[in-house]
Amino acid sequence: MEVILALAIGVLVGSGVWLMLRPRSYQVIVGLCLLAYGVNLFIFAMGRLYIGAAPIMPKGGFIDPAAYADPLPQSLVLTAIVISFATTALFLVVMIAARGVTGTDHVDGKERNQS
Amino acid sequence: MVAQNLLLMLVLAPFVAAALAATLPAGARNAQCWLAGLSMAVMLLILGMLYPETTQGRSVSGSLDWIGTIGLELTFRMDGFAWLFMVLVAGIGLLVMLYARYYMASDDSFPRLYACLLAFAGAMAGMILSGNIIMLVVFWELTSFASFLLIGYWYRRQDARDGARMSLIVTASGGLCLLVAMVVLGQIAGSYDLETVLKAGPRITGHALYPVVLALFLLGAFTKSAQLPFHFWLPNAMAAPTPVSAYLHSATMVKAGVFVLLRFHPALGGTDAWFQIVTGFGLATMLLGAVNALFKHDLKGLLAYSTISHLGLITALAGIGTPQALIAAVFHIANHAVFKASLFMAAGIIDHETGTRDMRRLSGLARAMPVTAALAIIASAAMAGVPLLNGFLSKEMFFEATYLWNNGSPLDNAAPYIAVLASAFSAAYSLRFIVKVFFGPDAHDLPRQPHEPHGLMRLPVLVLVAICLLIGILPQQVLGGWLQTASLALIGPDLPEFSLKIWHGVNAPFVMSTIAMGLGVLLYLLPRSQIDTGEDSTRLMRRMDVARQYNRSMDILTIRLPRAALRLLSANGLQAQLRAIVLLALAGGWFALRRLDWNVPLPALGPRELVFGLLWLVGAACAIGAAWQAKYHRFAALILMGGAGLVTCATFVWLSAPDLAVTQLLVEIATTALLLLGLRWLPKRDKEIADDRNLRARGRRFRDLLIALGCGTGATAMALAVLLTAPGAAVGDWFLRNAYVEGGGTNVVNVILVDFRAFDTFGEITVLAVVGLTVYALLRRFRPAPESAERPRLQLDDGEQALEAYLFVPAVIMQWLFAPIIALSAYLFFRGHDLPGGGFAAGVTLAVAFLLQYVAANVRWVEARLTVLPMRWMGAGLTTAAMVGAGSWIFGYPFLTAHAQYLDIPLIGKVPFSTAMLFDFGVFSLVLGAIVLMLIAIAHQSLRVASRPAPAPRETGTEAG
Repeated sequence: MEVILALAIGVLVGSGVWLMLRPRSYQVIVGLCLLAYGVNLFIFAMGRLYIGAAPIMPKGGFIDPAAYADPLPQSLVLTAIVISFATTALFLVVMIAARGVTGTDHVDGKERNQS
Repeated sequence: MVAQNLLLMLVLAPFVAAALAATLPAGARNAQCWLAGLSMAVMLLILGMLYPETTQGRSVSGSLDWIGTIGLELTFRMDGFAWLFMVLVAGIGLLVMLYARYYMASDDSFPRLYACLLAFAGAMAGMILSGNIIMLVVFWELTSFASFLLIGYWYRRQDARDGARMSLIVTASGGLCLLVAMVVLGQIAGSYDLETVLKAGPRITGHALYPVVLALFLLGAFTKSAQLPFHFWLPNAMAAPTPVSAYLHSATMVKAGVFVLLRFHPALGGTDAWFQIVTGFGLATMLLGAVNALFKHDLKGLLAYSTISHLGLITALAGIGTPQALIAAVFHIANHAVFKASLFMAAGIIDHETGTRDMRRLSGLARAMPVTAALAIIASAAMAGVPLLNGFLSKEMFFEATYLWNNGSPLDNAAPYIAVLASAFSAAYSLRFIVKVFFGPDAHDLPRQPHEPHGLMRLPVLVLVAICLLIGILPQQVLGGWLQTASLALIGPDLPEFSLKIWHGVNAPFVMSTIAMGLGVLLYLLPRSQIDTGEDSTRLMRRMDVARQYNRSMDILTIRLPRAALRLLSANGLQAQLRAIVLLALAGGWFALRRLDWNVPLPALGPRELVFGLLWLVGAACAIGAAWQAKYHRFAALILMGGAGLVTCATFVWLSAPDLAVTQLLVEIATTALLLLGLRWLPKRDKEIADDRNLRARGRRFRDLLIALGCGTGATAMALAVLLTAPGAAVGDWFLRNAYVEGGGTNVVNVILVDFRAFDTFGEITVLAVVGLTVYALLRRFRPAPESAERPRLQLDDGEQALEAYLFVPAVIMQWLFAPIIALSAYLFFRGHDLPGGGFAAGVTLAVAFLLQYVAANVRWVEARLTVLPMRWMGAGLTTAAMVGAGSWIFGYPFLTAHAQYLDIPLIGKVPFSTAMLFDFGVFSLVLGAIVLMLIAIAHQSLRVASRPAPAPRETGTEAG
């Protein structure tokens, strides 16, 4: 499991970084989304992997933490998901606006050859 | 105890009044004036009640524990000196508040003016009364800040903005120096308590760091009190409204510098360095200020340089430092505040009634406004030091101090001559002010016909001039007692006997005074025509134009240096910049990972791993496919990206994180919808981009591929490195143990979000709100590129009717789904505390419900039937969350402390209820509002474009609320 998840994170991050370095703004958006998946999974994995562990506790009383999934990375990732959604939205709008203003979808606002 | 509370009230009252003033309606000018005046009157009343406690060298103090762990307390302490200064602040404040009511034009913002003036009074009170030297600096900087706001009051004027910025930069940098000085001072003295520091005088002056402390301290005091070479900000601050100049820039704030000089004289003074520097700069400032004032044509410019000169006088007295000199300094602080404030107000009246402050144009005003003229003449006579007026007395004392004290240094020997010369110039400019403005022929080209002002506008001047006369004629009776009290606080029990008298006989100071007066008259009258029509400043002042140096250094610091840094540090274009960041991260990762031992046994692969591996085979294919296709096939890339997202979601389910899965799934939907809406505004990419296949482009891609591969490998290695190590004790265990007991919920993730770490969540929803508003603001004035402005091809071919027919069945289903989705959202929300779900999930779900309606029918149809007010949802959400947080203060708990219990509701049974749930409702409401706002704002773009040919209103209800 660990190896597969690590490889998955690697693929997501690699694809994300590749797209982030591309010149078209849409590529960068998709790249950031993929990168966000990778990073979210990475943060999530920091709490180790629990397969089939109960995420929800019974009511009341003392419980043994070892039997449950680590909630802290989960809540961190939950926050991260929402924030990455917000940044995606913001970047999308910046992209649309920049496209309207500059007439191109190049990240620098101008094509490479017309400096 | 009563005295302590009164003391705290003294500092708090103006701040409270400022908050009230800011909230009063703009038109309530009289109410503003009453509020401000009353708060000043209350301060005076409190001061009157506290006076008995400050006599005989005693002081009142009260303290509030603030940050006890670092020894920071809000200690306030009032002795006789602080008391006298406070009377100036409150008394002149009272008059200024009244004056401002009539000075300001009706279209000026009264709430802003009065709020700033009152806040300034509060900051000043805090500075004067602070018993902790760090807090003293904090309030000191607050006064600089208030001054900045007030100078920039008419912010549409360039000179006001420049003057405000200049004063802030100069005085606030001085304040920073003062802060460092105070920190070192506190370290030397062993305490930040004012009294302890003042008692540690010998230890401080003998310390190796004394020169450093002294230099920094004096930088602070000199910048504030506009001493050379920092005087230039004060004339530029005259862009402020005249009440502000009268209050801040002559009577009180600029006196803060000399206030600390006098206050810290026991701790830092008495050394030769102190004498040479402080007296030297004081005398130089006094002389140059007076010379320059004589040549100013602007009334307020003259008064500003005169203020600089008089501040120089007080500074010189502080430098001399004998008991007599200190008494004279305190006396002159009061005297100068009284006559200069009245002169500023008189100048304001002249400006107000004639429309100009230019002395070249003003003439013969004594006929048009005799009462104001009489008052202004008396006040400027006091400024010149004419007998029977208050200025005369303190000037005599100053002469005596320069004449008497003798340590034989060159400066000391020169002091009396400089003093006489400066006073001569002082007499000269006062005379010029009187003669030029009030006498001579009538001026004919004034912008307005001059006449007497409103009686209440003149009243403050009248009061101040009456005080000038009273002090001048009966000094001992009027001010003697207070001065005694103030000096006692400053100098201590060995205060020499002194008595204020008008006539001391023909002695040295009297002779000096007479020479100065005579010389002053000659100085003005002989070259009169040159002065009246000549240049605005002296050649000397122009040559040492510090303001220009300041501007040049600002230019270098704020424009050239950053630009050079930008050239040096930034890459050309975003890609290079990102590449540098990524490479740096890669290097950091390598640095962290290079020493790890990779010889760990890999876990065996079982059937479970096989399925998981297959799942991620799909996920990886999706991710790589998206990366590959994003350039030419955006839609395919979007779908592939969604595929990778779904696999991520499945992973969350698999690995016992249902909450994450739910949220990820919903956010996935919203993201996809958003990107789909955005796709239409991008340029068509059905032709290949030129030189996409040439060698350089391939080279670039190959390089980036290597980087991406490196990053991917690095991320894998890092994840493995962590995953293959056994976990240590995790914080999560604590949350698991306490979630139910303290948070009252069984869904630990949700409890963490809305209870334990609610403050993070609060910050996060704020981010979301900011993003929503930014999206809305960016799209309000959006203009699409011309080629994407027309309707999409499909719609052009078939028209709207055909489109509706095409989507008929899905549309009906989507409309029917509206209610079930709302129910689902409510369900997710309510079970959130105990089971997967919660405010985020519920908010996104409901937003998706709205989105579906927009997809199902056209925008106009939806908005005719549904009123969505995203702004209100957002506002309500943020407010609810903040209120829930603040509510715990009422019960004496820190911000956002939650309370949980189970309520027994008939029929429904036991329902978990906690304040965290209310907070979660805030989250829900805000998430809903923000997402709907963003989606609608983007969706509306096509509507606006579609209706462009017709002269439809541009903001077609982008936000219905």
